Amino acid sequence: MIIEIGHFSLILALILALVQSVVPVIGAARRDNAMMAVAPAAALGQMLFITISFGALSHAYLTSDFSVLNVFENSHSLKPLLYKFSGLWGNHEGSMLLWVLILAIFGGAVAAFGGNLPKTLKANVLGVQGWVSVAFLLFILLTSNPFLRIADNPPLEGRDLNPVLQDPGLAIHPPLLYLGYVGFSISFAFAIAALLEGRIDAAWARWVRPWALAAWIFLTAGIAMGSYWAYYELGWGGFWFWDPVENASLMPWLAGTALLHSALVMEKRNALKIWTILLAILAFSLSLLGTFLVRSGVLTSVHAFASDPTRGVFILGILCVFIGGGLSLFAWRASTLQQGGLFAPVSRESALVMNNIFLTVSAAVILFGTMAPLLASAMGGAISVGAPYFNTVFGPLFGAMLVIMPFGPLLAWKRGDLRAAAQRLWAVLGLAILASLVSWWLTHGGPVMAMVGIGVAFWVLIGSFAELWTRARFLEVGVATGFRRLSGLPRSVFGTAVGHAGLGLSLLGIVATTSFQSETITEMKPGDTAKVGGYEVTFNGMTNQAGPNYTEMAANMTVRENGVEVFDLKPSKRMFTARQMPTTEAGIKTHGFSQLYITLGDPGQGADSVVVRMWDKPLVTLIWLGALVMMAGGMLSLSDRRLRVGAPKPARLTTAAGSSS
Amino acid sequence: MTRKQRRLVLIGVVGVVLAAAVGLVLFAMSSQITLFRTPTELVQQTIDPSQRIRVGGLVEVGSVVKGQDAAVTFEVTDTANRVPVTYKGILPDLFREGQGVVAEGVLQNGVFMADTVLAKHDERYMPKEVVESLKKQGVWREGEPGGPAPGAAKP
Repeated sequence: MIIEIGHFSLILALILALVQSVVPVIGAARRDNAMMAVAPAAALGQMLFITISFGALSHAYLTSDFSVLNVFENSHSLKPLLYKFSGLWGNHEGSMLLWVLILAIFGGAVAAFGGNLPKTLKANVLGVQGWVSVAFLLFILLTSNPFLRIADNPPLEGRDLNPVLQDPGLAIHPPLLYLGYVGFSISFAFAIAALLEGRIDAAWARWVRPWALAAWIFLTAGIAMGSYWAYYELGWGGFWFWDPVENASLMPWLAGTALLHSALVMEKRNALKIWTILLAILAFSLSLLGTFLVRSGVLTSVHAFASDPTRGVFILGILCVFIGGGLSLFAWRASTLQQGGLFAPVSRESALVMNNIFLTVSAAVILFGTMAPLLASAMGGAISVGAPYFNTVFGPLFGAMLVIMPFGPLLAWKRGDLRAAAQRLWAVLGLAILASLVSWWLTHGGPVMAMVGIGVAFWVLIGSFAELWTRARFLEVGVATGFRRLSGLPRSVFGTAVGHAGLGLSLLGIVATTSFQSETITEMKPGDTAKVGGYEVTFNGMTNQAGPNYTEMAANMTVRENGVEVFDLKPSKRMFTARQMPTTEAGIKTHGFSQLYITLGDPGQGADSVVVRMWDKPLVTLIWLGALVMMAGGMLSLSDRRLRVGAPKPARLTTAAGSSS
Repeated sequence: MTRKQRRLVLIGVVGVVLAAAVGLVLFAMSSQITLFRTPTELVQQTIDPSQRIRVGGLVEVGSVVKGQDAAVTFEVTDTANRVPVTYKGILPDLFREGQGVVAEGVLQNGVFMADTVLAKHDERYMPKEVVESLKKQGVWREGEPGGPAPGAAKP
């Protein structure tokens, strides 16, 4: 019964979405207030019905109702509660339901909090949001209905969720990623609405930026979480594989990062309007492409779970309509938008343009590399494009951007002084070179590229704070006054510094891990000791144990440093009973920012010996901590007053703020 | 500076970055692309020993031999031809005799030296290249998600 209510609610949501996608847009064109007022009501109603629908499926999962096909295929009564719930989005149908739920929540948020938006803009934005919603609800109802029942003899037990997905990391990774992907649908809707109206101004940018920023924060979190999950769960010890599905999340991230920066120019200087609109369309297009790549199975990917080509065709259709339609509308209407403020070739604006160029070109080369196997197979060849291509192409482009990054915040708007900026950065350069030399001394002469990488990482890390240092003027006015000056700065300045520093931290982690990790692969029998990095690892023997829905063979390892016992590790292999599928659970010990990582392989030649792979990974956690710091920077920016102040009534709000302070 | 000159500067910078990107892509495409080959193609064609290759097929039943210190050899077959593969390291959890596998590495003197071995990630999923390879040999049975007789090959 509850399942049928869920199915029915989804159909009601589709009807509301249809209304929402037509009536307000016509209303906006006719300046009809009643028709425009339909938009928020429809959006909130849609959110309600999709929530009911999602609740119904959650209920079926939590109560292990195996008469529902989707639950039968992806759940098991012995599964821990968390994974019963997360199993909902561990499969295609359920994850698409989560996708539209998040879309509806974003739409509802615009409806609820968009009170100070111009009426026509709000109606158009929600209308466009409705189009996206209609497309995906149709997709779910026609090709991937999670509410199908098993007609006769419902089974007593489910087939269980793929064991590698039974992990806390994977429980929260898809929702975070989808919050990012779908969040860009809001900036897309704003862009399309602006094109429909033929009008765009700084207020528009002030409206779009918080949504884009929020989406970007979630996407950053989703990518970092996914990367960490792959690192510890798949047992390969790598944090990024340049897999098509990973690229599919990185491309919208790059485009979204570019969007954040160009929207800044538009908000502050009313320039780069057309470009910002284009980026908003591109960021969402790349998100859709990501969904398509994951869901269609057109590309070989380690992430490609069971897939169905007919669905691929449907999503390809959605992709063509939204990307093609968006870009056509852009080509048709972009020229009607007014050109904005001028700026000199050396200025904050130009620096942000450079950032945009590098980010979009990086996204383009990744797109090319990801799609190249498809192009090749269309021409009869068979190639695969892997890490070597992406490292060669993406590395220099992104590296060049990182080198110019610290200059950006030091340049003034309109016309900057490159020499003054360079003078302020001499000290940063000195510190970066020093750090690089220290790392060379610590690692007893590492490779040259590693030193360059560490130098660049510190250049970015320290350079991020150059603007704050310059603005505080500690040396001229003393520490106390300096801090007082800092406290008067808008939060977004700190957001910029922290966000950029996070990127530097991640880079430091990546360079340190890839250049200086030590690895040992060997066969061990009980009593054997192997060396990895500065550690001696002793294998004491295996123990068998049982979990809720698996049996486990764990190896007891004692780790010593210079003969002194420092900690124990228990890497294991699990056999999940329902699917008879094994997984490897790595034994990981974090020491400082570094990690010791041990995984088990198959039994070796001897009777009770086992193949063991061990890594000592210096500073590896910085890769993900850097992402957390980037997110903190984004949140600081998001909390900046200016973003929350509504644009339409600036005069009143400024006086209000003035009188209260 | 006039508006036009500024625009020229911008176009110049974009041109330089794009040219650099295209250069990098061409360089990477010429030297760092991995070709996909079936075992039959590897047997019949002459392959440059420095060319990186992915070979896909099924793991020949009874061919997996464990050697000293985590070394392992096995054969990849598309049922018509077989290629011997050597690998040192930990095989994926779902690596099985008779199941689909993709190995990446170089072919030297008729032996495939793999540095990466990928197996199915999910018991219902078969690498696309393996499907293509098996289709070429006519042993692919359509309509069976996950490839030929997934149930039969379970351990």
